[in-house]
Amino acid sequence: MFFQEATPDTSGYMIAGFVIAFVVMGLYVASMYLRSRNLKQDMSMLEEMEKSTPVQKQGVKEPSNRKTPKTVTKQQARK
Amino acid sequence: MQAKPLALTILDIVSVIALGVSAYLALVFAPTELVMGDVQRVFYFHIGTAWTALLGFILAAVFSVIFLITRDLKWDRLQVAAIEVSLVFFFITIVLGSIWARPAWNTWWTWDPRLTTAAVTELIYVAYFMLRQGIDDPDRRARFGAVYALVGGISAPITFFAIRLFRTIHPVVIGGANAEAQGGFNMTADMRVAFFFALFAFTVIFVDLFWNRIRLGDLQNQVEQLKLTVTM
Repeated sequence: MFFQEATPDTSGYMIAGFVIAFVVMGLYVASMYLRSRNLKQDMSMLEEMEKSTPVQKQGVKEPSNRKTPKTVTKQQARK
Repeated sequence: MQAKPLALTILDIVSVIALGVSAYLALVFAPTELVMGDVQRVFYFHIGTAWTALLGFILAAVFSVIFLITRDLKWDRLQVAAIEVSLVFFFITIVLGSIWARPAWNTWWTWDPRLTTAAVTELIYVAYFMLRQGIDDPDRRARFGAVYALVGGISAPITFFAIRLFRTIHPVVIGGANAEAQGGFNMTADMRVAFFFALFAFTVIFVDLFWNRIRLGDLQNQVEQLKLTVTM
C-alpha cells in the first residue's frame, strides 16, 4: 500500500463519455422522430393528391370523349 | 400507418427506465476502480453497446440470407433497421473506448488489431448506406444491400475475436486474459451487477429501437408505394 499511487482523477473523461453516449442516443431517437413525422406529412399529402387525381383525369378525358361523337357524326354525314 | 402497438409503448418506457438504472449502477453503485479511477465506469456502456451492435450486424447478415432466398422486401427493411441501430451503438462503443484509452493508454487512438477491426467494421456499414443511396431501383438496392451486408457480417466476429486471436493491448475482461493487455482489471461482485445489467439494458434498448426503426421502414415503403400510385 505504501508504494501504490493514489487513484487518479479521471472523472472528466468519465463525464465526457457518458455525455457523448447520451447525446448520440438522443440525437438518433430525435432523427427517428423527425423522419417519422416527415413521412407522415408526406403520406397525408399524397393521400390528398390521390383523392384529387381521379377528378383531374376525368377533366382531361372529357374533351376526347366529346370529340368521338363529333367524328362519328361526320362519318355518318358522309355516308 | 398502423397505430403504435401497446407492447412497443411499454418497451419504450422499459428502455428509458433500464437506461436510467444502468447509468445509476455504472455511476453510483459500482465501486471506483483503483488504478484507472472513474473513467473505468464507461466500460459498462462500452461493452453494452458493443455487444448489441455486433449482435445487430450478425442479425443483419441472417436477414440478408433470408431475403436472398425469399426475395421478400420485408427482410430488407429488417436488415436496414438492424444495421442502422447497430451503427449508432458501435459508434458509441468506439468513442467510449477512445475516451477510456486516453488516461489508460495515454493515447486517444492506436492501430491495435481490435481498434482497427472495429474501425473497419464501422466504416463497412457507413459504406453500406452510401451504396444504398446510390441505387434507385428498390429490388436492385435490396439485392445489392443483402449481398453487401452478408459479406460485411464477417467483420463482426473478426472484431469480437481480434483480442483473443491477435497480440493486442486491448484487455480481455470476460472469458480469458491477454498478457499484452494494458488497462485490464478484475471485476468485483458489484461491478458484475452493473456489467450484466448494462448488457440487459442495452439489449432491451436495441430491441426497442430496432422495432421503432422497422416501423419507420414500413412507413417509408408505404410512402414510396403511394408516390408510385399518384404519379402513374
